[in-house]
Amino acid sequence: MTERVSPAACRVESQRKDSRLRRNWAKLRRNKAAVFGGILLVIYLFTALLAPVIFPGSPSAPNLIQSLEPPTAKNLLGTDELGRSILGRIIYGSRISLLIAVGVVSVGLLVGVPLGLISGYYRGKVDFGIQRATDAMLAFPGFLLALALVAVLGVGLKNTVISIGISMVPIYIRLVRGCVLSVREEVYVEAARAVGTRDLGILFRHILPNVMVPITVQTSLAMGTAILFAAGLGFLGVGVQPPTPEWGAMLGSGRVYLFNAPHVATFPGIAIFLAVLSFNLLGDGLRDALDPRFKL
Amino acid sequence: MNGQKEPLLAIRNLHTRFHIFEGVVNAVDGVDLEVFRGETVGLVGESGCGKSVTALSILQLLRCPPAEIQGRILFEGKNLLDLDREGIRKIRGNSISMVFQEPMTSLNPVLTIGEQISEAVRLHQGMPREEAWRWAEQMLQMVQIAGPKAAAREHPHKLSGGMRQRAMIAMALSCNPQLLLADEPTTALDVTIQAQIMSLMMRLKEDFDTSILLITHDLGVIAEMASRVIVMYAGKVVEEAPVRALFKDPRHPYTQGLLGSVPIIGRKGVTGRRLQEIPGVVPGLLDMPVGCRFHPRCPRRMDICCEKEPPMAILGEHRRVCCWLERNGVA
Repeated sequence: MTERVSPAACRVESQRKDSRLRRNWAKLRRNKAAVFGGILLVIYLFTALLAPVIFPGSPSAPNLIQSLEPPTAKNLLGTDELGRSILGRIIYGSRISLLIAVGVVSVGLLVGVPLGLISGYYRGKVDFGIQRATDAMLAFPGFLLALALVAVLGVGLKNTVISIGISMVPIYIRLVRGCVLSVREEVYVEAARAVGTRDLGILFRHILPNVMVPITVQTSLAMGTAILFAAGLGFLGVGVQPPTPEWGAMLGSGRVYLFNAPHVATFPGIAIFLAVLSFNLLGDGLRDALDPRFKL
Repeated sequence: MNGQKEPLLAIRNLHTRFHIFEGVVNAVDGVDLEVFRGETVGLVGESGCGKSVTALSILQLLRCPPAEIQGRILFEGKNLLDLDREGIRKIRGNSISMVFQEPMTSLNPVLTIGEQISEAVRLHQGMPREEAWRWAEQMLQMVQIAGPKAAAREHPHKLSGGMRQRAMIAMALSCNPQLLLADEPTTALDVTIQAQIMSLMMRLKEDFDTSILLITHDLGVIAEMASRVIVMYAGKVVEEAPVRALFKDPRHPYTQGLLGSVPIIGRKGVTGRRLQEIPGVVPGLLDMPVGCRFHPRCPRRMDICCEKEPPMAILGEHRRVCCWLERNGVA
């Protein structure tokens, strides 16, 4: 009758699964802004991976004879106050920035997602405790929280990642909790309980996969924010420390020469701008593509 | 019939209350019932009479708003209400399992059918993943899904309502439970599929030697499947009878009303009416009428009905009525 699975159904299924992916991919591709963001991101990624190939030599070795040179054929983006190639430092800086972006969202995901799941699923006192702690953290502007944490933990790459990561945690907790609140009322969650699934199984096998879409989108957007925060900390001199090439720190040191050598601050600024922009455009595109209610 | 044997499930004076902002809701108010091995018991009543809450109370699946469950639920002589979380978890899906009303929403959209069916045996019998998968395929074959190997790899959105309900039944039966709680298993399906699912359940009941507590408001389904019927109204049992006796000789005015509201072709010629409705609506759970809960709607209301709750009259084995009309044989 109608409910007969053809023998070829598994093939059909794999095609179907493909086609869902493909449809989302098609929606994403039709979104020109998202494509632009994605391409930019791929460029950044390759730049970071191939930095030693693109720019042979050390980005941190000073060469005071050619300090503060404007862009020339030899140094495409000019040099900074210590005569180091700004292009080279931006190239190597992309490694730091992407590393920070990945590190920060890892902290946010690893801490925020389980707490959000627990908070939304168990409700009651646990939920209350987690939510009030979240409220307290959200009361600080995100950047101020990161800055305060750096003041406690100290400067450096690791502490930058940890402090910005922690400032991301409440955002993940809120997001995941909200989604779990709706999913936990689904009949299939009750059905899973009715076959004797343990709470952990319900949380991670039945609920988590159903809230992955907003988490994915948030992760993309959070990476952009992380780069911006890290650059902010670097600019203030409390982020990644010199001589490590970090965009925010470059911007900060270039600020002094803004009038006689504007390129020193401008180019790292553009690098930050484009990196954050690419993550945001891709995140928006992902949100539109993965949301089934939003038909393009 | 089964009187001498120990019942598989015996519910004694079950009260399930919900504490909500407006007050206390007595969703189930002193329900007694028994299910014997290999038996199908029908639990009938209007929406909101406490049928589903009774079933959910058995497995303690009521969480929100927090429910207070009192009484005794004896399963194989053990009181399920004495068990801790882990104890009841080991019962769920293993010795007692449940089929839900909505096949469209009771399967997880992101997991394949096979994963969901094999979950129970992996949990309760510690079966390794691959063996459990093969078991899931066998279960799908048993619930007569064509191409079970392929179907196991499907996600639920690929399956029709009837197929999903089959998959749910496969999931419920995968650990060979002694008792199946079927909460309106056919309500959401169209009639031809209903008939298929019912005959499937009857066959599987024999194959697996499972007892069924069948919750429904569909008297046709009851007539087809159940051997004994319990009628509930507003959180209480109002009548219990073997299925033939109930249809032939309903004693409680509510049961009579229920049977009268089933359309029967040709009845118009006999009674002048094709359908008889029960006037009025189910009382709100927060303000139950004093006396018999059915009295505001009862066509045979007497003065005493408005004052005192009627006692349960035992008319025979598995034959009881809760009505003032049955004065003789009051227990």
